[in-house]
Amino acid sequence: MIATRRQFLLDAARMACGTGLLGLALGFHAKPAQALPPTALRPPGAAAEAGFLGACIRCGLCVRDCPPQILSLATPGQPVATGTPYFIARGGACEMCENIPCVKACPTGALDHQLIDIAKARMGLAVLVDPETCLSVLGMRCEVCYRACPLIDKALTLEPRHNERTGRHAIFQPVVHSDACTGCGKCEADCVLPTPAIRVLPLALAKGRLGEHYQLGWEEQKKAGHSLVAPDAEHRYNLPQGIEYENGKGLSEESPR
Amino acid sequence: MSPLRAHRWLLLRRSSQLAILALFLAGPWFGVWIVKGNLNFSYTLDTLPLTDPYVLLQSALAGHLPADRALIGAAVVVAFYLLVGGRSYCAWVCPMNAVTDLAARLRGRLGIKGGAHVSRSVRFWVFGATLLVALASGSVAWELVNPVSMLHRGLFFGFGLGWTIVLAVFLFDVFVMSRGWCGRLCPVGAAYSLLGHARLLRVAAVRRDACDDCNDCFVVCPEPGVIHAPLKGGARGIGPAIASAQCTNCGRCIDVCPKDVFAFGSRFAHPSTPADATQAHAQ
Repeated sequence: MIATRRQFLLDAARMACGTGLLGLALGFHAKPAQALPPTALRPPGAAAEAGFLGACIRCGLCVRDCPPQILSLATPGQPVATGTPYFIARGGACEMCENIPCVKACPTGALDHQLIDIAKARMGLAVLVDPETCLSVLGMRCEVCYRACPLIDKALTLEPRHNERTGRHAIFQPVVHSDACTGCGKCEADCVLPTPAIRVLPLALAKGRLGEHYQLGWEEQKKAGHSLVAPDAEHRYNLPQGIEYENGKGLSEESPR
Repeated sequence: MSPLRAHRWLLLRRSSQLAILALFLAGPWFGVWIVKGNLNFSYTLDTLPLTDPYVLLQSALAGHLPADRALIGAAVVVAFYLLVGGRSYCAWVCPMNAVTDLAARLRGRLGIKGGAHVSRSVRFWVFGATLLVALASGSVAWELVNPVSMLHRGLFFGFGLGWTIVLAVFLFDVFVMSRGWCGRLCPVGAAYSLLGHARLLRVAAVRRDACDDCNDCFVVCPEPGVIHAPLKGGARGIGPAIASAQCTNCGRCIDVCPKDVFAFGSRFAHPSTPADATQAHAQ
């Protein structure tokens, strides 16, 4: 009896230790596999990486139902977790289909079925990572990213400013707005440079966050409808007699009243 | 016996494996989309979902509540294998079966004996370990290395370096461990075997009286442990239907037995010879 109990315990210990080693190896392998390379983007509706890897069962239905066929399943040896769907903006950006077939195809909800408006997708955030090579910032009228943006003038705008170099031209700088950018990757895909100056980065890398206690005075003022600290100071200009100043119009002779 | 008949169940099994592969391949290769997906989840004719319950269990342990379609798919699969035996998946569906069967044949041809040996219950420990890892890491970690999905997914979505894992399993079975992967280690098979205990469809040694102890069935069986009791236990009142949930319903024993001892039947199969029947009944 004692011999068999001892044998049983020994057998159990042998199994537990052997498979424990295997489990540990797998666990440690799984941790770095949770880091998505910054150029790989998940389909619309995917949760943050850690959650997505628990929810996705690697079936590839989203890949099959993607009309422009930009999605692929990661294979072993790639830096994306094996069997999970991703796309590389430079290889083909998300076309932002209105009916979001990839999300509908997902059987587990790893791509969130609550996402019904593709404009609400957040696959990443476009960032003008290198203004020094951006043709628009250099003063040329490139603006290809701006024209490519499916949410033109919402997610990507051109902000004109004076070109100090020539002294007489304007620079139309592309500016991304995170409240509208879906991270579809169109801007990055269409950037005319051999290496794009604008890239879609994971939200966690690209988006900053203000401290909870920060209040933007001008926003608060707008909300309240008046200044919160002291009454708005009235502008007074110390101008020569007969001259007046109006914002926009500039200096002019005082109009006769 | 004609060679075709002598390999009847083997040929049927290979046909089943090939037909399933063909259904999956028809889409990506010929644009005929009958089945989409892979063995983890497939969607047939945009109506029938089928989910691997083991993968879904890992996903649930990782902390994700799956949506309806995946749950319905898992329910269909569980119901089906409760009926035909979980490990029928291994013999009739899983693409790794052809790989490890080939390894076993090559091992036999080369006359390789011995090598490492571990108990057939190791698969349950591996099964448990994968569930623990899913729970601890919050991800379906086993899918990072699972040779079964490497092979199946690789065929339809691209292998990458996945073929190295399949090749490693093949060589492991040939040189390191007899029937190592499918017979001892694979947690997918272990998971499916949990659905096999009450299965209706079973191989049964209905004419066990005719057994002349030639041992062919034991040699060919991928899970030799399952045969002895139903074949030799008549005197102890054990029914002829194979009880062990590890039987893969592959039917090789039916093929190779020169005395036609085995046949497919139900869990309630009776011995076919009257003497055996009364003996079993009396017990």
